[in-house]
Amino acid sequence: MNTRRFDALIVGGGGAGLRAALQLARSDYKVAVVSKVFPTRSHTVSAQGGITAALANVDDDRWEWHMYDTVKGGDWLGDQDAIEFMCREAATAVYELEHMGLPFSRLDNGKIYQRPFGGQSKHFGGDQATRTCAAADRTGHALLHTLYQQNIQHRTQFFDEYFALDLLRDADGYCLGVTAMSIETGEPLLIEARTTLLATGGAGRVFWNSSNAMINTGDGLGMVLRAGLPLQDMEFWQFHPTGIAGVGCLITEGVRGEGGYLLNRHGERFMERYAPHAKDLAGRDVVARAIAIEIAEGRGCGPRGDYVDIKLDHLGEKTIAEKLPGIRDLAIRFAGVDPVEKPIPVAPTAHYMMGGIPTNLHGQVVAPARYGPEEPVPGLYAVGECACVSVHGANRLGGNSLLDLIVFGRAAGKHMLEYLRDNPYPRPMPESAADASQARLVRWDQSGSERVAAISDDLRRLMQTHAGVFRTDAVLREGLEKLNELEGRLAHAGLTDTSHVFNTARIEALELENLMGVARATLVSAISRTESRGAHTREDFPARDDEHWLKHTLYSRAGDQVDAKPVRLKPLTVESIRPKERVY
Amino acid sequence: MKFRLYRYSPETDAKPRMQDVDLDIDPAGKMLLDALIAIKAQDETLSLRRSCREGVCGSDAMNVNGKNRLACITPLGELKEPIEVRPLPGLPVIRDLIVDMEPFYRQYRSIKPWLINDEPEPEVERLQSPEDRALLDGAYECILCACCTTACPSFWWNPDKFVGPAGLLQAYRFIADSRDEATSARLDNVEDPYRLYRCHGIMNCVDACPKGLNPTEAIGRIKSLLVKRRV
Repeated sequence: MNTRRFDALIVGGGGAGLRAALQLARSDYKVAVVSKVFPTRSHTVSAQGGITAALANVDDDRWEWHMYDTVKGGDWLGDQDAIEFMCREAATAVYELEHMGLPFSRLDNGKIYQRPFGGQSKHFGGDQATRTCAAADRTGHALLHTLYQQNIQHRTQFFDEYFALDLLRDADGYCLGVTAMSIETGEPLLIEARTTLLATGGAGRVFWNSSNAMINTGDGLGMVLRAGLPLQDMEFWQFHPTGIAGVGCLITEGVRGEGGYLLNRHGERFMERYAPHAKDLAGRDVVARAIAIEIAEGRGCGPRGDYVDIKLDHLGEKTIAEKLPGIRDLAIRFAGVDPVEKPIPVAPTAHYMMGGIPTNLHGQVVAPARYGPEEPVPGLYAVGECACVSVHGANRLGGNSLLDLIVFGRAAGKHMLEYLRDNPYPRPMPESAADASQARLVRWDQSGSERVAAISDDLRRLMQTHAGVFRTDAVLREGLEKLNELEGRLAHAGLTDTSHVFNTARIEALELENLMGVARATLVSAISRTESRGAHTREDFPARDDEHWLKHTLYSRAGDQVDAKPVRLKPLTVESIRPKERVY
Repeated sequence: MKFRLYRYSPETDAKPRMQDVDLDIDPAGKMLLDALIAIKAQDETLSLRRSCREGVCGSDAMNVNGKNRLACITPLGELKEPIEVRPLPGLPVIRDLIVDMEPFYRQYRSIKPWLINDEPEPEVERLQSPEDRALLDGAYECILCACCTTACPSFWWNPDKFVGPAGLLQAYRFIADSRDEATSARLDNVEDPYRLYRCHGIMNCVDACPKGLNPTEAIGRIKSLLVKRRV
C-alpha cells in the first residue's frame, strides 16, 4: 500500500479539524488533513445562529454565567472541568476568529454583534442573556471559510476527497495513523503520523428526519468502535425543535432569539405553558418535547396536524433581511412560504449527537485501561461533534457547538504539539496494520443480493421510530431486534458497481457500516439508561434519577457492553454547580 | 419524469454518452437532487457530489437544462422535460456529473483569500462599523460551487490565466474589508490583462450564481479602484 508520512494527521476538514490543523500548521511540524469532501463542504458550513461567548457586548455577562447555563442545559451530565475550560476560553477563541477575518455582524459601536439564544441567563438562572456572536445567520459558513483560508495561508497539506477507513495501532495501543482511500482513484493509502486527531463530525444521518448533511455518517465513531475503543453517552441525541416540516433543514434558534415564537393550530403561544419563564428560549430538548406533545395531542397545524408554526413576520422585513437572510431563503425554497408574510411550518429534527468518542479536555481520547477508567490512548485525539469531552452533557445549548469546535480544536492542537515534542520518533508500523482495511475493501468487491441504499433507508426509518424524542424499553428493544435483522441483511449486501474512479456507491457502503455501529451504540445505551435526562426521554422512567444515573455510559462493541463512569462535578477553579431541578 | 443524464466512466466508456432515464417521482416539494438520489438508488453507477442538500455547501453544482445550478435547491417541478443534466462546463470531467475542480480552486488560492493585517492584535475584537461591515454583504457569502466561473466564456478560454468571477469576488471581499491592509498588493495581484481584464462584463456569472451574488459588480469595483489608483 502506498504510504505517506507526517508528524500530525487530522481526519476531518470541518471547524474542529481545521482549527486544530491551524495550530499545528503554525509550527514547524508537518501536518496533513484528510477530508472526504473539499473542506468547505463540511457540515460546519450549515451552522446558522452563532457561537456563544460571554463578551458582554450587548448586556452584562460573565463566563461563569455561561458555565452555569451550560451545566444546567446539559441536565448536569456535562463534566464541569471541561465546561469551565470552554466557557473561560470562549472569549479569547472568538476574538482570535475575528482577528483571522471572520466577518461577524457588528453593533453600532463596532463590536461583534450578539443575540439571545435558548437557555441563556444572567446571574445564574436570572433574566435572558444576549451571548451568541453571529455573522447574520451564516456563522458556520463564515467560520469554516475563515479557517480554511487560514490553513491555505499556512500551507496545511490537504488530502481532499480521501475517505478514512481505519485507525492504525500497535500492540502497545499507540495510534500510528490511518488507512484511507482516494475517492477519485479508489487507491488505498496508508498515512503514518505520530499523532492523529479525529474530527469527523456527527452521525445525524442515522435518523430519517435530520438537519444533518448527507456526509454526517459517524465515520470516526465507526473507526473507534472497530479499534475496540468505547463510545460515551450515545443515548443522547438532540432533536432540534425547528426543522422545516417534512424536509428537516434547520430554522435557527436565532429566529426565536430575534423575537420569533411558536404557535399551535389554535394560534396559541404554547411554550408559555411548558416554560413560563424562558418560553420559546427554553432548552432545545424542552422545546422539542413540547412541540412533539402538541402534535401528538392534536394541536399541530396543517391538514395532517403534523407540525407547528414559527412566526417571525412581526420582526419586519428589515430585521429579517439583515439578521436572518439565509432563513428567509431556506423557507421560500423548502417550505414555499416567505417568513416576512407567513409563519414557517416546523417540527423537531435530529440535529446533534451529544455523545461520542470519550476525551479529556486536551482532546486526548480516553478509555478504561490498566491504570484507570480514563487512560489516554497514546497519540490519538478527538474533537468536535464526534468527541464527547463532555461539555454538552445530556443536551447541548445552541451556540455551544461552534464554540466546542474552536476551543477544543485549539486545545487539542496545542497538546498534540507537546505530544510531538515528547515523542520525537515514529514507532514502527506493524506489518499487518492495514490488513483489516484491505479486508473491508475486498469485502465490497463481492456481489450480494441486498442493496446498500435499501438497507440505509430501513436503518434511518428504524432509528426514527425506535430511538426518537420519546422512548420506552419495549420500543428500544424492538428497534434492536430489527437492527439485528438489518445487520444480517448487510452481510449479504453487495455492490453492482465495483469500479474504482469516484465510486460513490462504495463510499456509501463504507458509510453505512459506520452508521450501523452508531445505531447499535445508541439503542443499547438508551436501553441501559433507565431515567429521563436532557434529550433522553424514557416514558417508562419519566424522572431524572441522580442517585443511580448521574454518570456517563460507555458502550463497547464487544458483547454490547455498557459500563459507567462518573460525571466530573468538580470544576477547575470555581465551585461546583450542584444538581437541582431543571426548570425554564 | 424524463431525464437525460450525461454519463462517463473512464474505466468502461471510451467517450461520454447521454442516458435516458424514466423515473416515477412526484415532483411536488422535491428538488432535482432528490430525483438524482432516487435514480442512483436504482442504478448505483451514477456518480455525483452532494453534502448539505440545502444550498450552502456548494457540492452539487451541475448544468441543468443548459444552466449551472445547485441540484439541491432546484425545484423539480419547474424543470422542462426531458431534464438534461450535465457536469459543469469548462472543467475536465472525472466521471458522470463530477468535474475536476482543481483549476477553479487554484484561481481561488491565487488571490490570497485570507485577511492580511500586520498590526499587533488587540486583546479584544478589532472594531468595524456596521456600515463598513455592510460592504462585505454580497461578497463573503460565496460557497465556492463554481456555477459562476464555469458559466464564463473568458474562463473557458483561459482557465489557467483568468481568475474568474468567483476568485475575483473573493479578491473584492478582502479589498472591501476595513480590517484588511493589503489593498494595494491585492490590486497589483489582479492588475493583469488576463487575471482581471479578461472579464468583459458578459454577466453570465450573475445569472448563474445560486446565492444571488453579483461578481460582475465586484469586478467593476476592482476596476474602478485601479482607475482611481492611476490618477
